[in-house]
Amino acid sequence: MTARRSTAWIVPTLLLAGCAALLIGSLRSSLFAQQTISGLANGGIYASLAVALVLIYRATEVINFAQGAIATFTTYVAWQLIDWGLAYWPAFICTLAFAFAFGFALELVAIRPVERRGSQLTVVIASIGLLILVEGAVGYIWGNDIRFMPAPFPAHIYRIGGVAFSRQDIATIAISIASVGVLWLLFRFTKLGLAMRAAAVRPEAARLVGIRVSWMLSLGWGLAAVLGAVAGMMAAASPSVLLQPSMMDGILIYAFAAAVLGGLESALGAVIGALAIGVTLNLLGSYVSWITPQLLLPAAFVLMLVVLLVKPSGLFGRTTARRV
Amino acid sequence: MSRRRLLGPIVAVVTAVVIALLPLTLSNYHRSTGAAVGVFFVAILALNIVTGYTGQISIGHGAFMAVGGYTTAILTHDHGWNSIATMPAAIVFGFIAGMIVGLPALRFSGVYLALTTFAVALAVPQIAKNYPDFTGGTEGLPLPTHSGLWLYTTAWVVAGISFVFAWLLLRGRTGRAFRAVRDSEIAAASSGVSLPVHKTVSFGISAAMAAVAGSVYVLVNNFVSPDVFALQLSLFILIGAVVGGLGSLWGVLVGAAFIELLPLGLTSSGFVSSQLVPVIFGAVVIAVMALVPLGAADLLRRALQFGPQKSQSPEVPLGTEGT
Amino acid sequence: MALLALRDVDARYGQVQALRGVTLTVESGEIVAILGANGAGKTTTLRAISGTVRRTGTIELDGRSLARCGPERAARLGIAHVPEGRGTFSELSVWENLRLGAHTRRGSTKGDFARVLEYFPWLESRRSQQAGTLSGGEQQMLALARAIMQRPRLLLLDEPSLGLAPLVVSEIFRIVRELNEREGTAVLVVEQNARTSLATASRAYVLEVGAVAYEGASADLRERDTIRRSYLGY
Repeated sequence: MTARRSTAWIVPTLLLAGCAALLIGSLRSSLFAQQTISGLANGGIYASLAVALVLIYRATEVINFAQGAIATFTTYVAWQLIDWGLAYWPAFICTLAFAFAFGFALELVAIRPVERRGSQLTVVIASIGLLILVEGAVGYIWGNDIRFMPAPFPAHIYRIGGVAFSRQDIATIAISIASVGVLWLLFRFTKLGLAMRAAAVRPEAARLVGIRVSWMLSLGWGLAAVLGAVAGMMAAASPSVLLQPSMMDGILIYAFAAAVLGGLESALGAVIGALAIGVTLNLLGSYVSWITPQLLLPAAFVLMLVVLLVKPSGLFGRTTARRV
Repeated sequence: MSRRRLLGPIVAVVTAVVIALLPLTLSNYHRSTGAAVGVFFVAILALNIVTGYTGQISIGHGAFMAVGGYTTAILTHDHGWNSIATMPAAIVFGFIAGMIVGLPALRFSGVYLALTTFAVALAVPQIAKNYPDFTGGTEGLPLPTHSGLWLYTTAWVVAGISFVFAWLLLRGRTGRAFRAVRDSEIAAASSGVSLPVHKTVSFGISAAMAAVAGSVYVLVNNFVSPDVFALQLSLFILIGAVVGGLGSLWGVLVGAAFIELLPLGLTSSGFVSSQLVPVIFGAVVIAVMALVPLGAADLLRRALQFGPQKSQSPEVPLGTEGT
Repeated sequence: MALLALRDVDARYGQVQALRGVTLTVESGEIVAILGANGAGKTTTLRAISGTVRRTGTIELDGRSLARCGPERAARLGIAHVPEGRGTFSELSVWENLRLGAHTRRGSTKGDFARVLEYFPWLESRRSQQAGTLSGGEQQMLALARAIMQRPRLLLLDEPSLGLAPLVVSEIFRIVRELNEREGTAVLVVEQNARTSLATASRAYVLEVGAVAYEGASADLRERDTIRRSYLGY
């Protein structure tokens, strides 16, 4: 049961205050606005991957370390399809379908056998093994050279009130939110989504009503892989990310931080956490001179740690007593 | 003494003799490889103290190795210290680092602790890159060269000392306190085991040990740079610890050999292109987790019928009197 | 042919043998009780039927073997198991719990919702309430409602009276009787509270240490002092 503490208003208030600050800053400085938007775009990419992590965590209490590598693999598949002559958007759709099948298959082949007899720790190690395997597979199949991924949107700048927004950034935000949104609809309103949720929270009870829990898990992995593919393709479209096997390593880390910040069990929390991290890091990088690009990663974690020390279950996590 | 109890010490002595005599048959290069196995032995042993015996998950031991490695590098490079003399310094700094990490660790457990240590593992190389005047930045620092035999000997002497230290520590009161903390914090606390003290001290000791492993590691590599201590190192140490079997001192040797020799063996066998090595390694790790989830130590235990078959997960490890 | 037939069923938890050669039957439309002390194997019997625990021996539903069936399959075949602890999805809403009950049903379920609301009209006003915030008695009724949504042929009830006030318990059993009369659902109920279950069931089995110690009509168990005292202790 959720323990509603009298301090439950703190988080929404802080978030509103943050949004207000961003809005005011954006209105006063065009640089601020630009950095906010591109921060949100980065945040969108982290959000897709973070929700994928939350999806799997909710069902299995395991952090899937291979999520980024799976996303990278599917992004390379997209590249390959385009290289073979397919247009961008058809390739995008095909990649999503492939990602679903890929994630589903990986769970079946690599995770299920481990889950049967192992503990959470063994599944985590297996996911690390999977990370090494998949990233290695990318290197093996496509080599380690940096490749160029064509951008879906020709570089176009919108100008509103003297502020320049790139079309790609806007599209990234929109597509990321849309994919998470579609997934949310699936979970909330379909029979299958309900079954998946039930299997995640109470697998034994779910079996008793006829739900095939292990298939639900595979489905979850498939959907998580789809989200990862979206994240990967949006990342590859960004000028600051190069298509290489280690492409998603850094993004995975930000996604972890976002998921933990949001409370690991809440997809909404992960999205908000991701957007917050994206925007905060971008602004910190622009306005605080001693924060070099190398320090961004530690900065993200300091942020995460500070929040956790204050609210150990994350922004939206349930404040249950710690299980000792 | 029953035959069972004699077996342990006998195997230990035989193993020690084999390790001591092995370099006589190896080339200089292979001796360095043997030294690397020794390094990982110490690192995995260190991880076992904090994870296998005290139940606190850490994916960050690469960071502690970095502390030790950089201590040795800076002291030899900038201040001309003798390589061996730097190790006590590494131990001290490692211990301090461990205590620092151990403090927030008090607040977290399970997945949150894992991610915190993960963050530490990532942050340290990034910080090293950021202060090049001090650490040599991305280019790193060179280290004094030593022969393969020197490296091998140093590594395994350190390993031997660490093993004895760990064995004595874990079979004594502190070890029992650690295991109590792992098995049930509430029960431990109500039995008078101070949780904050034991949890942070276990981190401190573990980090100190990892730091000295890091010292030897940079000497083996002849070189230090942030990339040497990238995240992959921490992941490999964790894999080694679990594959070997958490909570078991014997498994540590298997784990160390696994993470160093398997990839190397695959590459040098020539049957497999180097690009395929991570694929195979990853597949083997998954297979091991599926088939022998409790690690090599469990396999050994069952094969030699050391004890009753247990079907618990590594979180509730099987080790008792230091085996 | 009996709806449910168990013959020589064994079950174990690790090294501990929980069931030894249990043999029992449930006919269509019957209400049968399983009584016995703590640890006698009552819950394990239900788990053996739904396939939640590994067991050996013959288990047949309408002559069809359930030997290789896990709980998912058992549910599809028409067995609704309301476990100890109710198996409520506490994090989900009342309505979602009911929807889950209908998971195995094909076709429209509107009629099922209407039926369930006839038995439990108060559920309507609590549709969006989180199931975990209901009282114990309400959760038990929700669990029963969920089982009804399944339109089962056989309802397995594990200790429905556990932790509930007598008034609530008699209400639950009243609904069980109504369900049995109106829909012909067979019921196998496990209870420590012998008195209430014997008033509802037509037949009963008494388990001791994992085996059937006594079987007979509930009237016999209720009225014949010697039997009642030696097997039920009162």
